[in-house]
Amino acid sequence: MAKEKPAEIKVKTFSTHHVITQPNPLRKVLRRVDERDLDDPVARAEQALAGLSGEFRDWMLIEADRLSSAHAAILKHGFSEKAAEELFRAAHDIKGDAATFGFPSAAAAAESLCRIIEHAPDLDKVPPELIVHHINAIQAIVRDHTKLDTAKVSTELSRRLRGVADEYLRHVNRNRPEHLEAILAPSIVPGE
Amino acid sequence: MFRIDFNKLRFLVCDDNPHMRRILRTLLHSFGAREVYEAEDGASALEMYTHYVPDIVITDWSMPIFDGLELAQMIRQPESKGNPYAPIIMLTGHSEKRRVTVARDAGVTEFLAKPISAKGLYQRILNVVASPRPFIRTKTYFGPDRRRNTANAYIGPERRVGGEVEVLQQPSLLDKARSSV
Repeated sequence: MAKEKPAEIKVKTFSTHHVITQPNPLRKVLRRVDERDLDDPVARAEQALAGLSGEFRDWMLIEADRLSSAHAAILKHGFSEKAAEELFRAAHDIKGDAATFGFPSAAAAAESLCRIIEHAPDLDKVPPELIVHHINAIQAIVRDHTKLDTAKVSTELSRRLRGVADEYLRHVNRNRPEHLEAILAPSIVPGE
Repeated sequence: MFRIDFNKLRFLVCDDNPHMRRILRTLLHSFGAREVYEAEDGASALEMYTHYVPDIVITDWSMPIFDGLELAQMIRQPESKGNPYAPIIMLTGHSEKRRVTVARDAGVTEFLAKPISAKGLYQRILNVVASPRPFIRTKTYFGPDRRRNTANAYIGPERRVGGEVEVLQQPSLLDKARSSV
């Protein structure tokens, strides 16, 4: 596809902007199929993803250990910009990946931790136990994932952590309206 | 009903997390894609973008060196030698309104919040393949039309104004130079 000659571009000029159109260069990859066509690429991909699922727990253990290492570095050397960034990046990856890997409660706890790092006015003044509890919760959720009855506990644990974190963030950002707005705003992006 | 011939598409996937790259590669190959190139940071992705000329870019936001947002801004350079029009699907854990607006203003075509699903990814790819939007160029923006709603009733502060202007065909400087010789 990419090797083909680029389609002709048309430019319509207005006083404040240009509107640029070109015949859809990707149109040729669209193929009309019968309604009864049984091929389902989404189902095929879900099946392939299920085939990978045996590796998900190991991947989550690696991600959780990365988070703990980032936190250990902070305990040793304090909240430098680089250290805070590494902690945020590790938490942010868990926030994004964990639900795909079958650990939605770990994702929720990691999201709560991300919000603390992103919106606390001064990370050095964040109660250390607030961060420690998030990291311990994520570790526990990942390590005890296979035990029975842990799903309910994990969900409740993440929900409580988020409640405490939000209360703290609302308090410390009471005079920072742009942060307060971001903290209180719901996600607007649909997952599907 | 339409299907996409994924085997005719070339993808560039950019994510610093190897597990997420593996997930994306698995999904794309399962859809039928054969050509999937992978980069682990924005700088490598830009180099691969120029080299492999992908049809669709799927990028994470948070990455080292330069991030997905900067990658989008660098691709959307109208005067660049590469293709500034390729669809960019931003895949990210950031899902706040402010973030979506920033991504949109960087020229991102579609936004897919993590956790990703096969259905969500397929739908975004179908959108960019089947319903491409025209590109808009203003003094401060170059990228896909940010209006999803085509109704003309919108009168908000960011409404584009200005009627169509008469365009005079001007000979290029090169033509002028040639004719003066």
